[in-house]
Amino acid sequence: MWDITKLVFPYAIAYTIPLMITALGGLFSERGGIINIGLEGLMVVGFFASAVTITSLQIFLPDLSVWLGLLAGMIAGMLFSMLHAFASINLNANQVISGTAINMIAAAITVYLARTLTGSGNITIQSGLPRFDIPILSKIPFLGPLLFSNTYASTWLVLGILFLSWFILYKTSFGLRLRACGEHPYAAASAGINVYRMRYIAVMISGAFAGLGGSVILVTYSGEFNGSVAGLGFLALAALIFGQWKPFGVLGATFFFGSAVTIANISQVIPELGIIPPLLLKIFPYVITLVALIVFSKSSQAPKAEGEVFDLGRN
Amino acid sequence: MKKELNDVTKSLIATFLGLLAGALLMLSIGSNPIEGFTYLLKGGTMSIERIGNTLSTATTLILTGLSVAFAFRTGLFNIGVSGQMLIGGLCATIVGLTLDFPRPVLLFIMLIAAIIGGSIWGIIPGFLKAKFNVHEVVATIMMNWIALWVVYYTVQAFLIDVQETQSAGLPAVAQLKVPWITELFQGSSINLGLVIALLAVIFIKIVLDKTTLGFELKAVGFNRNAALCNGIKVNRNIILSMMIAGGLAGLAGLTFYTGFAENMQIGILPAQGFDGIAVALLGISTPYGVLIAAIFFGILHTGKGFMSAMTDIPPQIANTIIAIIIYFTATSLLIQRFWTKILRKKKKKKNTKGGVD
Repeated sequence: MWDITKLVFPYAIAYTIPLMITALGGLFSERGGIINIGLEGLMVVGFFASAVTITSLQIFLPDLSVWLGLLAGMIAGMLFSMLHAFASINLNANQVISGTAINMIAAAITVYLARTLTGSGNITIQSGLPRFDIPILSKIPFLGPLLFSNTYASTWLVLGILFLSWFILYKTSFGLRLRACGEHPYAAASAGINVYRMRYIAVMISGAFAGLGGSVILVTYSGEFNGSVAGLGFLALAALIFGQWKPFGVLGATFFFGSAVTIANISQVIPELGIIPPLLLKIFPYVITLVALIVFSKSSQAPKAEGEVFDLGRN
Repeated sequence: MKKELNDVTKSLIATFLGLLAGALLMLSIGSNPIEGFTYLLKGGTMSIERIGNTLSTATTLILTGLSVAFAFRTGLFNIGVSGQMLIGGLCATIVGLTLDFPRPVLLFIMLIAAIIGGSIWGIIPGFLKAKFNVHEVVATIMMNWIALWVVYYTVQAFLIDVQETQSAGLPAVAQLKVPWITELFQGSSINLGLVIALLAVIFIKIVLDKTTLGFELKAVGFNRNAALCNGIKVNRNIILSMMIAGGLAGLAGLTFYTGFAENMQIGILPAQGFDGIAVALLGISTPYGVLIAAIFFGILHTGKGFMSAMTDIPPQIANTIIAIIIYFTATSLLIQRFWTKILRKKKKKKNTKGGVD
């Protein structure tokens, strides 16, 4: 069992990290009061932008290009999310429809551009991030091999962002204001907060994080842009709900989901895991999210004004 | 001049803007948009076979569009059409592959199976919404992915073909394709599904406009609390609405997996489910509007292959245009504001002219 755990763990973490950063992005957006079901599309945009950046820079800057790719993915996701922000904040659009449009535009336009660039629509990068052992820490018994061996630098970056996000949301005035915009926007406005601006920032953070999530997929376990992140954006949405819109809830939920999906993915290869039907593992995140929604239906921690139009002129 | 644009005009403007964005995208990769759109239109309409293919693509979109539109009218957003399609298609495929009956009986059982499968997948989020106030958008998204994996493993375990990514092909008796229609349209994929879709359009039109049920559903959609005050059973109507929407999506699955195609590809959420949102929005959630919008998208989808063969434009342009149309229908306030601005300017001009006189 120890051998399997040691084997599965790095994969589970690699799969969890893009999920975690994307769900965290969704957390900012929804805490600011804007539902963002366009996370999937924003991930694809980041996935694409980083692939293009890395392939075009890899010859000149072999080491740096991967990091520039991550940055490009973040920026692309952020810019693309402004479409959603504009629709839902300025134009009072139905946020679910706008998010759906974001998903569809992203899926179509990236493949459209990729096919123009490469013909096949797939963009392969020569090398992604290297795995490495963290000195000293990886020598700790039990935890060392699980957490600190064979890790990607992006994993620590994302965990860093997670802790920083918690700090920003709960320990700074900016975080308090952001959360106020998602709970009682009119009260926030009467206290002098520019709700429109705060919501723009919230959506743009979600775009940047989802874009980073897509880029992380590319530079860690995928290595090739193929036009789809296979529903990871929706899984992130599920994790956000299961984590009850809290940063550490998201940490737990994404790791839980990431492990389940990883075990399902590799259970065909490892006979010991074959006893659990892969179907159950695959649908587990979605079923458990539905169950969580039922259980928490009376005491949901969802931001109260989530999805509602904020229009100062109306009140 | 009217101050408020009506919905049809908004739809037409959104379509125009979507096509305009498509033209810009064609220009951006150095292609000629006029040439591109000509081939796109030709590809969807230039021969009887292609018209048949356009109609068979539209068949599925009519039903997915109706499904979304029907739920919309009750104030529900059914984003789970893809999953309901999958389950409907799966039920029909299971019947088609296992039962042995004379053709009309078999097709009828498949039809019922598809409706039941889709309805069940719609009832669950409807029930969760009515009973626990779980947002139907989130619930239907989860149901989509559950459906994807249920179909994946069911097909792999029981219905597998030599190729591992699809179910075994249906025998000819269990397909909606009819030889004389196929021949009439020179070998196109058009099939009996079109009849089902057109009947569904009429059925939904009657339900919405002529029945008490339709009246109650729309009342719930307009104002849930007002409906409740007037003794309408809101929760029952929510469940019923999702059930019918699911049934329509199940039928869409039937027409797609046993009419357009003859087996089920696994591991894919059918894009028609999401296109259905565009069809419903563009068709302003009315049955006839859905019909027209679905045929329009049918042309785009059928013509895109021809266009990309004749030019350097990738076929994804069609999907991009559809997606951008959704965005512009969602942001119709932008169009409205622009319109108001134009009106105001005209008024000003008139006033200043009056001053000069």
